[in-house]
Order: sequence, then C-alpha cells, then structure tokens
Amino acid sequence: MSTSWPLWEVFVRGKRGLNHVHVGSLHAPDAEMALRNARDVYTRRNEGVSIWVVPATEITASSPDEKDPFFAPAGDKVYRHPTFYVIPEDVPHL
Amino acid sequence: MADDLERRFERTVQSEARIEPRDWMPDGYRKTLIRQIAQHAHSEIIGMQPEGNWISRAPSLRRKAILLAKVQDEAGHGLYLYSATETLGADREDLTLKLIEGRQKYSSIFNYPTLTFADVGVIGWLVDGAAICNQVPLCRTSYGPYARAMIRICKEESFHQRQGYELLMTMMRGTQQQRDMVQDSVNRWWWPSLMMFGPPDAESTNTEQSMAWRIKRDTNDELRQKFVNMSMPQAEALGVTFPDPELRWNDERGEYDFGQPDWDEFWQVVKGGGVCNEQRIAHRRKAHEDGAWVREAAVAHAAKHARKEGAA
Ligand SMILES: [Fe+2]
Ligand SMILES: [Fe+2]
Repeated sequence: MSTSWPLWEVFVRGKRGLNHVHVGSLHAPDAEMALRNARDVYTRRNEGVSIWVVPATEITASSPDEKDPFFAPAGDKVYRHPTFYVIPEDVPHL
Repeated sequence: MADDLERRFERTVQSEARIEPRDWMPDGYRKTLIRQIAQHAHSEIIGMQPEGNWISRAPSLRRKAILLAKVQDEAGHGLYLYSATETLGADREDLTLKLIEGRQKYSSIFNYPTLTFADVGVIGWLVDGAAICNQVPLCRTSYGPYARAMIRICKEESFHQRQGYELLMTMMRGTQQQRDMVQDSVNRWWWPSLMMFGPPDAESTNTEQSMAWRIKRDTNDELRQKFVNMSMPQAEALGVTFPDPELRWNDERGEYDFGQPDWDEFWQVVKGGGVCNEQRIAHRRKAHEDGAWVREAAVAHAAKHARKEGAA
C-alpha cells in the first residue's frame, strides 16, 4: 500500500463575518492532522479564525468547458440585480 | 475543436485573465509550469539548510526565534508551491523523488556554504532580496494557483529581507571584527546573488516562450539590473561595498553599470560542482528516508480509526 497521504483542500475564514475562502491544499493522513497542518502552513500570521479541510476527492466542480450552458440560467436574469430597477434619485435609502 | 480551445487559451492569457486548473492548456504550458514551480518549491525546501545551520548557534534568543520563524516560512513556501504543482496533475511523492535523485534542480545559490553568522544577515538581505525581485512580477503570472502562491510568499519575504538587514546594521555598529565579518560575507554572496536571475538573456533558452505565455514577466537581465539598482543605496547606508570594480552610476542610462558574474562557475555549480551540492541532497534524502516510519505509522493510525468509526 502506498504510504503517501491523501490530499486535502483548505478553506480559511479570514475573520468573523467573512466566508471561508479556498487557500490551497496539503497532504495529511486524516482530518485532524489536516487541520493541524493547515494551521501551520496557512495561518502562521493570524490569517484565519476558522479552518475547513475537505478531502480533495470529495469536491465536485463544474467544468469550465461547460461554462456557458452551466451558468446560463443566471445569464438572462438581469432582474436579479438591483441595478435593473430605475428609482428616482430623490428617493432616499434605496 | 482543438483550435477552438487553443484560441480560448490564448485569448485568456492575452487579456491578462488567469488560467485555472480545470481549463484546457497546451501540453508545453503545463510541462513548463510543473518544471518551473517544482524547481521553485525545491529551492524553498533546500534553502532551509544553509540558514538552519545557524539556528542552534544564534547569538541570542531573539535572533534564534527570528531565524526559526524565517526557516519555517521557507518550508511553508515550499508547500504552497508543491500544492500549486498538484493542481497541474503533478504527484508530490514523485517530485520529492526527482529532487533527491538529482533529476530536478533547485536554485544554485543554496550550494554555497554559510561560514559565519553574518551570512544569515546577508542571505536575508541579498538572497531573499533577489528572490523578491524575481517573485514580485510572478504575482501576475498567468497560472492562477502559481500567482496566488507567489502573493502569499511575497508578503512573507519582506520580513525575511528586513530581519537580515537589521541583523547586519547591528553588526556594523559592533566591533571592527564584526564589520569585517559583514564585508567578507557580502564579498562572498554578491556574485552568487546576481546569478540567481539566471544566465544572460542571450543564452537563456526558455525565456521567449515563457514570456509569450506570460509565465515569466521580465527577462533575467532586466531583473538583475533592477536588483543592482535597488541594492546599491542599501549597501551605502549599511557601509559596505560590493566586490565589483565596474560598478558605478551611469548618468545617461539612469541606472548602475555592473560587471558580469563568472558564468563558468555558475554552470559548474548547476551541474553539481558546487561546495555543498552533495551535502544538500544527502541531507534532504536522509530527512525523507528517516521520516518514512512516521508517514507509515500515521497512515496505519488513520486506517485503524476509520475502521473503529465504521464499526461503531
Ligand atoms: Fe521563500
Ligand atoms: Fe525567504
């Protein structure tokens, strides 16, 4: 059996109020060690208040080649954006 | 279809957008990146050794803590970069083997020995300084994961350079013997630092294609010139000189003129003939082999726990 450790993707919440953001990956034998290694590799200078580690094999991603059709449902719904609506300038707080 | 993909790739690169891991890319682009990033990662990892040599003999607890943090950063830099190669399909184990079997290179600067504690300061100032010159433009390199790794690295490098320079300022305020030690160290590291930018453009085989793919952003000679321009005022402020009789300000060009390093020596060290080549690789190999039982035990421990959880 290979002794090389599985790959984990690392996500860090920079501070309270922000989403976790992908920062890179690392190898570790299990989730607990992956978290410890992530702390040492990716947050040596207080870059985060919370870390997620996810086995790289567990991530399902959309492929850039199918980009257009995949994101098409959002492409033609401009009415989802606030700028779609014309509001007179003298109406406050909108 | 293939033409289509190629056109899309070219367009993305031309428009200064980033290529991301799942994008189609030419084989040559992928190979060049894996080779360059791996070589860069190996340099960070091997680069821990010359300075690590002085951790146990640092002159004060403060200097020891700083040096430890710096060397730990270099390990981190290596890991960010290995992680970037893996997004291109490289295998970590395979890269480690290529390094310890001498099939992939690392920066030749680390094949020079660190003879005195002043070398710790000069490495921070000049070697990390040259690395910064090389790396800042790479924050805009066309491959996303590489560019992002470089941004993290550059943030940390400025600590490396400043701690080195401050160490040297402290020594320069000391005894004549300490000042001589700094000058001697500068004399030994100046030329190898200039070599860190690679051979002159006329002899550099990879530059043109890498510039077209926007992997590389500036040529070797451009970066070398920039480094000399930046270092001169720093040397004056410190009170040391560089061992180059041709080094002087050129009013017309608005830059410093300088001499060429000994390129024969450069190639000799690249090909394995440096003072420390063997020692560096032997040390890395030993660390890898001595760590085998730890890697195996951790896998066994993880498997045992997974079984227990499955049973519960
Ligand atoms: Fe580094
Ligand atoms: Fe550094």
